[in-house]
Amino acid sequence: MRVAVLRFPGTWSENDFAHALSLVGAEPEILWHADADLRGYDAAIVPGGFTYGDYLRAGAIAAISPAAAELRRAAAEGMPILGSCNGFQILCEIGLLPGALVRNRHLEFRCDWVHLRIERERTPFSAGLRGEIVRMPIAHGEGCWVADELTLARVEANGQVVFRYTDARGAATPGSNPNGSTANIAGVANEAGNVVGLMPHPERCSEELLGGTDGRRVLEALTASRHIVMAPASVQ
Amino acid sequence: MSGYLATIRVRPKAEVRDPQGEAVAGALRSLGMDVADVRMGKEIVVRFAASDESAARAAANKMGDELLANPVIEEFAVQVVQVVQVVQVVQEAAE
Repeated sequence: MRVAVLRFPGTWSENDFAHALSLVGAEPEILWHADADLRGYDAAIVPGGFTYGDYLRAGAIAAISPAAAELRRAAAEGMPILGSCNGFQILCEIGLLPGALVRNRHLEFRCDWVHLRIERERTPFSAGLRGEIVRMPIAHGEGCWVADELTLARVEANGQVVFRYTDARGAATPGSNPNGSTANIAGVANEAGNVVGLMPHPERCSEELLGGTDGRRVLEALTASRHIVMAPASVQ
Repeated sequence: MSGYLATIRVRPKAEVRDPQGEAVAGALRSLGMDVADVRMGKEIVVRFAASDESAARAAANKMGDELLANPVIEEFAVQVVQVVQVVQVVQEAAE
């Protein structure tokens, strides 16, 4: 499986993602955003970082890169696309994912480990993992996911919430929400389910040496998913 | 073409919580100021050339729509004024 890992000015997790992808048997290639051509790849990753210094809004300037048009095209064709941390912010700014990520409610940059409950199975990054409680690191100042009431209701009804912050037992409590995200939402998918974004860093927990291997399961779900035909979103 | 100065003021939508504004409100209260509410946004000042004021206004709105504000969380307002100084700069650049 060939996986494109996008690099923008200020991306910092592309090498970690490439390493983690190679651990699960994928063939990662880091592509420079300005001339990224996703044809011929099986999936794409938008890694974390501080693209363009987070100026204007986190992800806003990366979202008008030529790579944005390419991501839109690939997403429409059903390519599995994962955005983590700043990559999640970029996919929201592009409009491929619902909602927006704003300053953490407590205003602190949060570098920590969190628990997540995997809420949805029908994405290439969570297939077979529904109901699992996983542990992943976060490192962000602007990870509070917000959306208007209508969007939130639609996202919940369509089953587009993929990851929710919980405690170790899987309860979505206020205390387990590290940034004030609406409804403890840590990651969402588009309606079709092929585009997923999350604030945590799966690439940083893919080896025991790093303190955990749960992130590897997300990437293994991707490599295992290439023969799975995605079912449409469960619309009410 | 004339020179214009557009001021684009971006602010969080009323329904979006503004933790920065809340922190500043708390700081102002700690100085003994009786503050009910603070909302924080940003002001972006752009200098450019346009054929007339309505074209300048349209251009500034396009900047707000396509980049400067995120409609999911923000709204923006545009103020456009004609400036003489820019005309000279633009003319110099053209020469």
